[in-house]
Amino acid sequence: MNERERERKRDMSAILVENVCKTFVTKDGVVEALKNVSLSIESGDIYGIIGMSGAGKSTLVRCMNFLETPSEGRVLINGKSLGDYSEKELRKQRESIGMIFQHFNLLMQKSVLENVCFPLYIQGKKKPEARKRAAELLEIVGLSDKAKAYPAQLSGGQKQRVAIARALASDPKILLCDEATSALDPQTTSSILELLKEINKKFNITIVIITHQMSVVREICTHVAIMKEGEVKEQGLVSEIFTNPKSQVAKELILKDTGNDVESKPKPTQPEIQSGEKIRIVFSENSAFEPVIANLVLTFHEPVNILKADTKNVGGVAKGEMILQFMKDSTNVAAMKEYLVTHGLAIGEVD
Amino acid sequence: MWSKEVTQMIISGVGETLYMTLVSTLLGYVFGLPMGVLLKVSDKEGLRPNAVLYKILDVIANIFRSIPFLILLILLIPFTRFVVGKSYGTTATIVPLTIAAIPFIARMVESSLNEVDAGVIEAARSMGASDIRIVIKVMLVEARTSLISGATIATGTILGYSAMAGTVGGGGLGDIAIRYGYYRYESDIMIVTVILLVVLVQLFQSIGMFIANRLDKRK
Repeated sequence: MNERERERKRDMSAILVENVCKTFVTKDGVVEALKNVSLSIESGDIYGIIGMSGAGKSTLVRCMNFLETPSEGRVLINGKSLGDYSEKELRKQRESIGMIFQHFNLLMQKSVLENVCFPLYIQGKKKPEARKRAAELLEIVGLSDKAKAYPAQLSGGQKQRVAIARALASDPKILLCDEATSALDPQTTSSILELLKEINKKFNITIVIITHQMSVVREICTHVAIMKEGEVKEQGLVSEIFTNPKSQVAKELILKDTGNDVESKPKPTQPEIQSGEKIRIVFSENSAFEPVIANLVLTFHEPVNILKADTKNVGGVAKGEMILQFMKDSTNVAAMKEYLVTHGLAIGEVD
Repeated sequence: MWSKEVTQMIISGVGETLYMTLVSTLLGYVFGLPMGVLLKVSDKEGLRPNAVLYKILDVIANIFRSIPFLILLILLIPFTRFVVGKSYGTTATIVPLTIAAIPFIARMVESSLNEVDAGVIEAARSMGASDIRIVIKVMLVEARTSLISGATIATGTILGYSAMAGTVGGGGLGDIAIRYGYYRYESDIMIVTVILLVVLVQLFQSIGMFIANRLDKRK
C-alpha cells in the first residue's frame, strides 16, 4: 500500500486504531491491557469486538473516545487523531461519539426525559428545546409513555432504551456499546439488537459492539475482531470468520455459541416438515455409544427427519436431545418407537 | 413551678441554641462542602487525581477531627477574639463550632460522593461533560439523599457541641444546663433543658429524613 492509498483509507475509516498499547500500573505490577492493537472500522459498519473477560476489549473501546488514553499508538476518528486534541476539543469530539454501557449508567435521581436531556444541556441547549428533542428520541426507542418515570421504575431493557436515546441525543456518528446486552435476558437482548440495527440503518451510525457473546456478533455485526490477552487474534467479515475461523480463540468462541444468549426468531417451517408425527428422544450416557438412529433407519428402510439435535449438561452428565419426525404416512411409527425404547432411549411428546 | 425569669431564660436558651447550631452548620457547609468535593475530586480514583492536594486536605481534616471540641474551643480563643472581637457569648461560639464542623462535614460529603456510581460519572464523561458539570449536575445530584442524611447528622452533632460551649459562657441550652444543673444543683432546670435538647435533635432528624426520602427517586 503506497502512502496515498494509506491516506485515503485513513479518511474513509470512521475509527482507525493504530498500534495501540495500554499498560496499567497496579499494586501487583504492570498489566498490559492492550498489546499493539490495530484495526480499522469503516463508516456504517456494525463492528463486533469479542473476547472473554480480561481480554482488553473494554479498555480498547474506551480508547476510542479517550476515556482511557493509550500508552502508545494512535486513535483516529474520521482521520483526526484524538491525541492531538486539547481537553476542551476532546470533550467536543466526545459529543459526536455516543456510548452505552452494561449497567446502563443512568442518572437515578432524574426522570427518563431529563436523562435524555443531559447531553443536550452539555451542548448548551435551552430547556424547552432539549425537552422537545428528548421527547422525539424517546419516540424512536419506543418509550414515549415513560418520559416522566424514573429509571428505578423501568426494566433492564427499558433502561437500555433510555441509554440509547441519551446516546443518540447529540447526533453522534459513532455509537460505542460496552457489553450493552450482557445484563439482559435473551428476549430483551434480541429486541435491543434489533433497535441498534435499525439505528445503524436509519441514521447511518457506525456501531462498535463489545461483547463476550458470539451470538450477539452473529445476530447483528458485519465485521468482528476477536481478542485474547490484549491482542487482536483475528479480524474480518463475520460471515468469513464463522465459516472459516483460523485462530484457536475464534474456534473456541464459535463452539461456545449455543445461541441461548439471544432469542432467535422462529424460522418459517417447511410445510412438509409439519406433517408426520414428531417425538423427542433423550440419550443418556450409555446409549450414546451405539448409532441408534442410523440402525433404526436401516432396520425399517424408512427415513426419519432430524429436526433438532442438542446436548445439554444436566448435573454434570451430558444428555443428548433430539427431535425426530417420522414420514407422513408411516405405518411403522409404533414399531419404531418400540425399537428406540428397547435400545435404551427415553421418548417424549413434542408440544 | 419556677419564676417567669427562668422560663424566659429557657426560651431564649432555645433560641440561642438554634442560632448557634444553624449558623454554624450553614457556615460549616459553605467551607466543608467544597472541601469534601475537593477531597473526592483529588482522590486517586477521582476526576482529577492530585496526591499532594488530597494529602493536605486529608491531614487538615484529621487534625481538626482528632482535637476534642472542648480543647478546640479553648485553643481557638485568640482566633475567635480576632474574628468576633470577644471570646464569649453566642456569636463568639459560632467560630469554634464552624471550625469543628468544617472537617466533619467535609468527611460526610466525601463519603456521600463516594456512593455515587462510577459508571454514571463515566457516562457523563463519555458525553463530553466538563468536570465542573459532573460535580454539580451528576455527583451532587445523585448523592443528594445521602448528602441530606449527612446534613441531618452534622446538625445533630453541632447541636451537641454547642451545648459544650456553655462551659466557656457560650450561651444556649447547654450553658443553662451546666450553670443551673451542675453548679447550683437545680436538677429540674437541667432536666428540662436536656429534654429540650433531645426534642431539638429529634426534630432535626425527622425533618432531615423526611426531605431525604422525599427527594429519593431510586424507589
